[in-house]
Amino acid sequence: MKWDEFFVTGDPLIYGADVSIGLTVIGILFYLTYFKKWQWLWREWLTTVDHKKLGIMYIASAVLMLFRGGVDALLMRVQLATPDSKFLDAQHYNEIFTTHGTIMIIFMAMPFLIGLINVVIPLQIGARDVAFPYLNAVSFWTFFIGAMLFNISFVIGGSPSAGWTSYMPLAGNELSPGPGQNYYLLGLQIAGIGTLLTGINFLVTILKMRAPGMTLFKMPMFTWSALITMIIIVFAFPILTVALALMTFDRLFGAHFFTLQGAGMDMLWANLFWLWGHPEVYIVVLPAFGMFSEIISTFSRKVLFGYKAMVWAMVIIAGYSFLVWVHHFFTMGQGELVNSVFSITTMIIGIPTGIKIFNWLFTMYKGKISFTTPMLWSLGFIVNFVIGGVTGVMLAMAAADYQYHNTYFLVAHFHYVLIAGTVFSCFAGLIFWYPKMFGYKLNEAIGKWVFWVFNIGFNVCFIPQFILGLDGMPRRVYTYSAASGWGGLNMLSTVGGFLMGIAFLILAYNFYYSFRYSERENTGDSWGLGRTLEWATTSAVPPHYNFAVTPTVTAMDPLIQMKRDKQDVKPKIEDIKKIHMPDNSGVPFFMASFFFVAGFGLVFEWYWMGIVGLIGVFITLIIRSFDKNEGYYVSEEEIKETERLTV
Amino acid sequence: MAHAEVHDHNTPLEYQSETGRLNILGFWVFLGAEIALFSTLFATYLVLMYRTADGPTPHELFELKGVLIETFLLLTSSFTCGIAIHEMRRRNRKGLFIWMIITLALGAGFLGYEIYEFVTYVHEGAALGTSAFWSGFFVIVGTHGLHVTMGIAWITLILIQVARRGLTPQTSAKVFISSLYWHFLDVVWIFIFTAVYLTGMVLHNG
Repeated sequence: MKWDEFFVTGDPLIYGADVSIGLTVIGILFYLTYFKKWQWLWREWLTTVDHKKLGIMYIASAVLMLFRGGVDALLMRVQLATPDSKFLDAQHYNEIFTTHGTIMIIFMAMPFLIGLINVVIPLQIGARDVAFPYLNAVSFWTFFIGAMLFNISFVIGGSPSAGWTSYMPLAGNELSPGPGQNYYLLGLQIAGIGTLLTGINFLVTILKMRAPGMTLFKMPMFTWSALITMIIIVFAFPILTVALALMTFDRLFGAHFFTLQGAGMDMLWANLFWLWGHPEVYIVVLPAFGMFSEIISTFSRKVLFGYKAMVWAMVIIAGYSFLVWVHHFFTMGQGELVNSVFSITTMIIGIPTGIKIFNWLFTMYKGKISFTTPMLWSLGFIVNFVIGGVTGVMLAMAAADYQYHNTYFLVAHFHYVLIAGTVFSCFAGLIFWYPKMFGYKLNEAIGKWVFWVFNIGFNVCFIPQFILGLDGMPRRVYTYSAASGWGGLNMLSTVGGFLMGIAFLILAYNFYYSFRYSERENTGDSWGLGRTLEWATTSAVPPHYNFAVTPTVTAMDPLIQMKRDKQDVKPKIEDIKKIHMPDNSGVPFFMASFFFVAGFGLVFEWYWMGIVGLIGVFITLIIRSFDKNEGYYVSEEEIKETERLTV
Repeated sequence: MAHAEVHDHNTPLEYQSETGRLNILGFWVFLGAEIALFSTLFATYLVLMYRTADGPTPHELFELKGVLIETFLLLTSSFTCGIAIHEMRRRNRKGLFIWMIITLALGAGFLGYEIYEFVTYVHEGAALGTSAFWSGFFVIVGTHGLHVTMGIAWITLILIQVARRGLTPQTSAKVFISSLYWHFLDVVWIFIFTAVYLTGMVLHNG
């Protein structure tokens, strides 16, 4: 392989990216060296097993990926703004829409939510950390390395271009030669390991580590949503693991699972992909529902309406999420009986979702509502998500779907579900729990600007796409003719896209502005309206052991109960005992790095490198197994000092 | 997060530490994920069952004798593994070692026969790339075989730890978890024996 096949060449956009990547890396290296931050970085972040820090790293990575996926989106919108545009060629456009979809789902939405779950859930259930803190670090680093492996594809070797669904035979060796599709397979495979481990970790954490008195039906709704999400992850992600492995065998070792030769079956891929892919939709939307439940209840100053109905609705959704996958390809030849069955299951799954919408509305009914930014995002969610849901029921009718499928109507529908559901919840949750992570709020005035610009931009971007879709504009095309008459609405849609981009920049500015100027919080209950245990810590940012004394729960919304009882959250000095905590470890970082070596080797079919990487992974596993990892104790004196308790 | 806790002496050693209990539950959840993984492989195999293209059919190549020996070895190893855990609960380290080493030897015998079987098939013209059917066959049986290989390596490492550190709540939880894994592989093999070998010989007949 020559160097010009190794590096992507010939496109000024790519050269620009090369330069900016190089400058960023040099900038970071310079900063770390000049300000002597290497040791700090290693000790505080790269080796940490603290759920709060891992959560922050998840969220930071997700925001970076939101930027990357957003730039992809804007490039597509520029290309589509005018008919017969020459801005991108067909191959480049295909690569960008593939990476946009994959990054937004796998490397933005999931890590953002998992990050918030990481920060909040152990606090919300009154635990010291997760059940397996070391495994949590492995989860983060395999996700991060998987994301990096996928992301370097656009400058080294070329990006995948078969769509985020990677249908066969398009994604096979004949139609997608070169390393691009391998990046997709290996990047997702490595990140998928991390997600599965997160699923196991939080399932056990929520089942076993709740504070005394917190029975299942006293759990906060976000914890419930996380629990159910983790169950879906545990049963859905192995399907993706297998599907990716089989396609890897097809591409690298000449197997015939999904190929046209050797009696392979291309539709088998579509089925396996969506057998994971549809539960995945609920993996990214159930935690969103959980967060909106918390926020709406908090800022309406009311207990959540229909708590049990909410829980059962999620349980039903989780079950049905595995029974609707065929609706993603009604038009791909199953026959009317199969289509009818999946049409009905799809409509049924809309019912529990509808129940939840009413529960949120009734929670607000007669509530004393504070229109803070997290609440604004929640209200925006309800309105926009209903548009996504109603159009979803339209698409669920198999016969009608023949008209809508593969048009921009479908594109607009799932953006209304995923942006209004997942992205809004990520913003809402980030703003809501921001003081828990950093000890100060994001500026509310700037936050409102972000909300309105983003919301208007979002609707200006996607409402025209509904109309374009009904007018027959197909998706996945890189250009269209002027005679089609689609130019005007596409331009409008592009304007909306850029408004969302501007909102993102204002948000980025808000991170900076609030870091500099926001008032520092001095209580754990930053909004003053907290209902659940994460707000019952003594300081805004909880110490690494979370609670000096494990709280006892007597009612749902335990902090509200404590406030009613005039009970102080400050622990009594005689209750302080030494606390056992897990040791930091650099092993997860190295394990993930070896995964990167192995993945990169397999992408280019350099098998020696793949084997070296895998041997490295096994060595790190053995090192961990032989490590006694006994942890350490936080002394009573240290706790008293941290909590500012004096005799 | 191990706490010094008081237990009545009926609590098995592996359940005595908080870490041990959490790890065992976590591993059960992991086995749930493994069931999803193998279910997907079984579904794939069954979908591709008649798709032999120009390659040989399983009926032409499968031989019951080797498969029966493999089955016998692996099922027996599950039994000896159970005895090993029984010995561990009696705090009999020597018994644990003897029965675990027998278990691993049986597992290695199983693997030997499987590798021999694979080599034979390849010589007779059925490899991973021969047809969709053989892709499915080699991947499902191979995935199980890879699990057995990992199991042997993993249990060996754990036995070294028991030899060095003795039977503690930590090491015994590891032994117990690895035994769950070993029994699970046995269960999967029963399904492979049925869905792959028996159906392959019966349904492809004619």
